[in-house]
Amino acid sequence: MLRTPTPSIFRPRKSVDQRVLSQKRSLVHDINRRNVLRGAISLGALSLLTGCDVTEDDSVQKVLRTVSAWNDRVQATLFRRNHLAPTYSASQVFKPARFNAYYDIEDVKPIDGATWKLELAGLVKNKQPWTAQQIYALPEQEIIIKHICVEGWDYIGQWSGPNLRDFLQRVGADLTAKYVYFICNDDYTESIDMATALHPQTILATKYAGDHLADPFGYPMRLRTSTKLGYKNAKWIKAIEVTNDFRETFWSKQGFNWFAGI
Amino acid sequence: MTAVKSTDHEHRLHPLPLRVMHWINAIAIFIMIGSGWKIYNDDVILGWLHFPDAVVIGKWAQHGLQWHFFGMWIFVLNGIAYLTYGITTGRFRRKLFPISIRELFATVGDALRFKLAHDDLTHYNAVQKILYLGVMAAGILIVISGLALWKPVQFSELASLFGNFQTIRVVHFLCMSAIVGFLLVHISLALFVPKSLLAMINGGPSVSDDTVPETNPVH
Repeated sequence: MLRTPTPSIFRPRKSVDQRVLSQKRSLVHDINRRNVLRGAISLGALSLLTGCDVTEDDSVQKVLRTVSAWNDRVQATLFRRNHLAPTYSASQVFKPARFNAYYDIEDVKPIDGATWKLELAGLVKNKQPWTAQQIYALPEQEIIIKHICVEGWDYIGQWSGPNLRDFLQRVGADLTAKYVYFICNDDYTESIDMATALHPQTILATKYAGDHLADPFGYPMRLRTSTKLGYKNAKWIKAIEVTNDFRETFWSKQGFNWFAGI
Repeated sequence: MTAVKSTDHEHRLHPLPLRVMHWINAIAIFIMIGSGWKIYNDDVILGWLHFPDAVVIGKWAQHGLQWHFFGMWIFVLNGIAYLTYGITTGRFRRKLFPISIRELFATVGDALRFKLAHDDLTHYNAVQKILYLGVMAAGILIVISGLALWKPVQFSELASLFGNFQTIRVVHFLCMSAIVGFLLVHISLALFVPKSLLAMINGGPSVSDDTVPETNPVH
């Protein structure tokens, strides 16, 4: 996840002008690469010296991940199916949205909306793929909600697109299944529990602040739910699968909590 | 009105259950602070404050989070047991109350003249009483603010009491700072007066409840 400047009472409100980044892109790249190399060398040296990090130890990871799985169940129990997250006014919306991914904004691979298709799989009756135009023709729901990152920063965003529950009903999905799984254009995967998928503030967002999503924010379609941390909101969705099988996702494989409810 | 509790009941200054809970709490606090610092580092509140890798728990962000959401169970469950024990056995009432303002000024005055009398382990002075009650309050508030941070939507009613999400983070951070401040004093004095540290291991001297007059016999 990328570090983004945070609104904080201790920091200026206005963020840094990003134009300088694109002007000096090659220079910035060079610096990053050098730092990564240096970091890799010293990390390697450190692990040679210390032997291992206690957290990385398999048996410790087993315990910590068991507790994390237990926390998933606790969170599912705490989840209030129809409880709405606070919403905000259009004047509070942060524009443009904050970029975050496991890579830099210049590495985003834009999707061609004209050829993009949404595939459906699993416990769905009508698996006919959807074009962007067909998705745009669906009734839209707008939500102005907070995006909260696991790192601690947050911003208010204005998202609109078809309600996920309506969409799942429309394609004849089994709403008693356990999970809805998202496969993205950038090898990212995410899944959410069915209760969250059916929450009134869970949508397949196609717009931000009234305009089509820009490339870095998931064009043409992404997930936005008010009840999960940022990383659960998959961008650049290319397939949706309804399933009863639990599969680890991009971040949960690396040890981040799967449920990640807020 | 003064009453005297049942006689011939002798026990250690720090009964075994209390000692066990104290050391479980020490481990839990260590995990929560170290992993909390790791989580903090990913999005700092104070631009100049970044905790060095040597003092944080967890190699990467997810490990700090794993430790924090593991340690929270120990801290909360043990904390509930400790508070229940302290209240139901009357220990808090006997040890931490009443707080005399006159004694408070006298103790602060002594401390400023480096007269740190810590000879009688069975009696807490007014400064100690306030510090112990204060750290308990910080411990309770850090759990409540932690709950609001973990579930700002499910517990949106609770979260809204604090204001916005970033305010909750600041409250959580300030509670941590208060606890760390307490620990600096607490650990320094425990090392300065080793028999107080020893008492938390072996239980300390035998004391009897009947030596302690109760000011409020009404339950």
